[in-house]
Amino acid sequence: MQPFTLFRTRRIYTLNPANPIATHVAVRDGRILGAGPLEDLAGWGPHKIDDQFADKVLIPGLIEGHSHLTAGAVWRFVYCGVFDVRGPDGAVVPGRRGIEAVISALSERAAATTEDQAIGGWGFDPIYFGAARMSRHDLDQVSMARPVGILHASNHIANVNSAALAKAGLMRLGLDHPGIPLGDDGFPTGELKGPEAMMMALRQVGLQKAFVTGDAPTLKAFGQLAVVAGVTTATDLGGTLRDQDIDVLLAETGAEDFPVRLVAPLRAMEMPPRQMIDRALQLKTRSTEQLRLGAIKMVADGSIQGFSARMRWPGYFNGAPNGLWYTPPTTLAETYALALAAGVQVHTHTNGDEATDLALDCMEDALKRHTGPDHRFILQHCQLADAAQFRRIKALGMGVNLFANHHFYWGEQHRAMTVGPERAERMNACRTALDNGVPLAIHSDAPITPLNPLFTAWAAVTRTTAAGRTLGDHERITVAEALHAVTLGAAWTLKLDGEIGSIETGKKADFCVLEDDPFEIAPEALKDLRIWGTVQGGRIFPA
Amino acid sequence: MTPPIPTIVIGGYLGAGKTTLVNHLLRTAAGRRIAVLVNDFGDLAIDADLILGAEGGLVSLAGGCVCCTIGDDLIGVLETLLARQPRPDLLLIETSGVGLPGAVAQTAGLLADLCLEGIVVLLDAETIQTASADRYLGDTVLRQMAQADLLLLNKTDLLEEADLARVRAWLSGLALPAPIIETDHTQLPGDLVFGPVTSPKASQHHAHAETLFKTGVFHPDGPLDLDKLGRDLSNPRSGILRAKGVLTDLAGVRRGVQLAGRRWRLSEPSNSPDALVWIARAGAVDWPWPRWKP
Repeated sequence: MQPFTLFRTRRIYTLNPANPIATHVAVRDGRILGAGPLEDLAGWGPHKIDDQFADKVLIPGLIEGHSHLTAGAVWRFVYCGVFDVRGPDGAVVPGRRGIEAVISALSERAAATTEDQAIGGWGFDPIYFGAARMSRHDLDQVSMARPVGILHASNHIANVNSAALAKAGLMRLGLDHPGIPLGDDGFPTGELKGPEAMMMALRQVGLQKAFVTGDAPTLKAFGQLAVVAGVTTATDLGGTLRDQDIDVLLAETGAEDFPVRLVAPLRAMEMPPRQMIDRALQLKTRSTEQLRLGAIKMVADGSIQGFSARMRWPGYFNGAPNGLWYTPPTTLAETYALALAAGVQVHTHTNGDEATDLALDCMEDALKRHTGPDHRFILQHCQLADAAQFRRIKALGMGVNLFANHHFYWGEQHRAMTVGPERAERMNACRTALDNGVPLAIHSDAPITPLNPLFTAWAAVTRTTAAGRTLGDHERITVAEALHAVTLGAAWTLKLDGEIGSIETGKKADFCVLEDDPFEIAPEALKDLRIWGTVQGGRIFPA
Repeated sequence: MTPPIPTIVIGGYLGAGKTTLVNHLLRTAAGRRIAVLVNDFGDLAIDADLILGAEGGLVSLAGGCVCCTIGDDLIGVLETLLARQPRPDLLLIETSGVGLPGAVAQTAGLLADLCLEGIVVLLDAETIQTASADRYLGDTVLRQMAQADLLLLNKTDLLEEADLARVRAWLSGLALPAPIIETDHTQLPGDLVFGPVTSPKASQHHAHAETLFKTGVFHPDGPLDLDKLGRDLSNPRSGILRAKGVLTDLAGVRRGVQLAGRRWRLSEPSNSPDALVWIARAGAVDWPWPRWKP
């Protein structure tokens, strides 16, 4: 038998309560023989010591329980966000701290590309620029002739230039659409709100590709983003997964150097429930080590910052009308019942608390009709759930994956506009979830916010907004709880907690390799931990 | 420039009869090339005997009609359909059960190649009152109803007369802006959706429908105030449910006139002679044409 590899490290946090801290980890065939002191592990037989992590700290490979492959697709466009981010190559891309900076970044791209190419950007977040609003005239500075467009960070709004409007047939008078504000001249200002209004013009910019999953370059970039963030398992939470998509996913995730295990639930809301579940069962048979299929994703409502989430009384703080159902309530109920009977796991997007109520009612009803042992139906985002709802979630055997990053990016807007101060404090109530024994994961929803579970953990630990306010002090969790949520907690929501999420005998050799010790730094510094790279299935990936 | 394609949005909650109506319209297309956008390809979305084949996400149907699903990208699907040759004569968009038909109509209105003819919302007479009080659904179905240009209270044949009277009374209390037409699921008034054909004799009413509706042609003897005419006829009290034709305005310009329930619009001049074909409720029609004279 080949000698196995025995990694010597500075320290290993295993998340195995029986053996929480270790110095060595033994790996054979991509799996963990054990973690512990050298002399214990040597008993497994012939081995070779690997010292490359001798000064590193290992924790279980991080798990992003709610992301989208489009996080890899956006990098072919110009980053226009206000915060510094790391790209797939690991280099920090500077934030653009004003409309001028955005224009100049887009102009650089224009100068570096040929005249026949459109210019697209993403991640724009003008809420940080005060009252200043971007118009088509701003983007006309980039080019009068070439279509130019940028997506806002929320992915719900876009700005385009005059050429993009003209090519889309929107540079005309008499438009009447709530998503297309008009200027004093009667022509569109270039701001486009909502998918329908955006799509006509974004197509001219090529930005509709930012919504397409799963071509090879997207997957490669996504894999690199994962390594840079210490992630060894991530989700594409809700692709349409046509046969041709599956072929690409299988080929790319099966590559020798693909560094992340991809969990890809099916989103097929145009199919009747029975057909969707049959499709999920059929997809499950195509699962591989690195591509896990078979779950489904349902979307109950829209987003809180887009005012399309379904809210209970008293509704939106600014008086906006209640949001929209994205799935008919009766269809959600039918899907739950059929999925429970068929043993298909369901992830349900609920943002507003009324949507969460609906999901809970559907679950309760389905459980009365069918037994569903260990069903692991997960509420995704579930941002506004209150304590009573978490108690129901527990009673119904469900889990949650909360959107902890929201406080940092949109907490101030939630406080001022969407839900108001009191409910903003209870959004993404990690403490309440844990106190009620609800299995907890936390997520980024990348590319909506950056794929970076240590940042997400920091957000749940500090609940700091971009303005520096602590929003909901009583809902903070500890560093240990936050790290659990981005490892074992997330693994549970994906039904993979028997395979990954901790460093112990029999599990995959998935590690996040750190330069710094997460328990030796101040909790406020968690987001700044330096990540060396990952080990995934025993393969080593430096960032 | 080719004239824009008339577009009708069909809304209503699950079970209201949207799919049955769409199939009925396809069966009575009478040579019109209809393009249908449906929200899903459920087992029974389109009757199997109408389907000729499928290609590239598009299902071709008998009589040169086509059908496809909306999916995630309404605009993208619309652009695909509009690029087809020959162009469709009429576009039907069936919304999802929780879709707001007004929003879908506004989106379709972004395409210069389309013009919105009207929003038809179907109500299931048996369940609509319960649905409107449902904790989760109530506001959605009420919004759907409020956005309609024509409301079809469907499946009335399944109700006892006393129950139907209760539903009528409840609906009238809502003071909805659109006229309400009672139908049953076996006899849907296709002409109300398509609009009357130019010769009323060619109109294909069911025997049943003839007792509910009457059709006629209005021949004015000179120019009219078309804005006033539009406002009067789009008032549900006029009894006029649908109208189509050509009239001359006070400036002497000939204009196409379209009316679907409470929605009306004027369009580019047409070559046909001045006349307005109409469908109205059976009974007295308020036709105050002297009001529209100069």
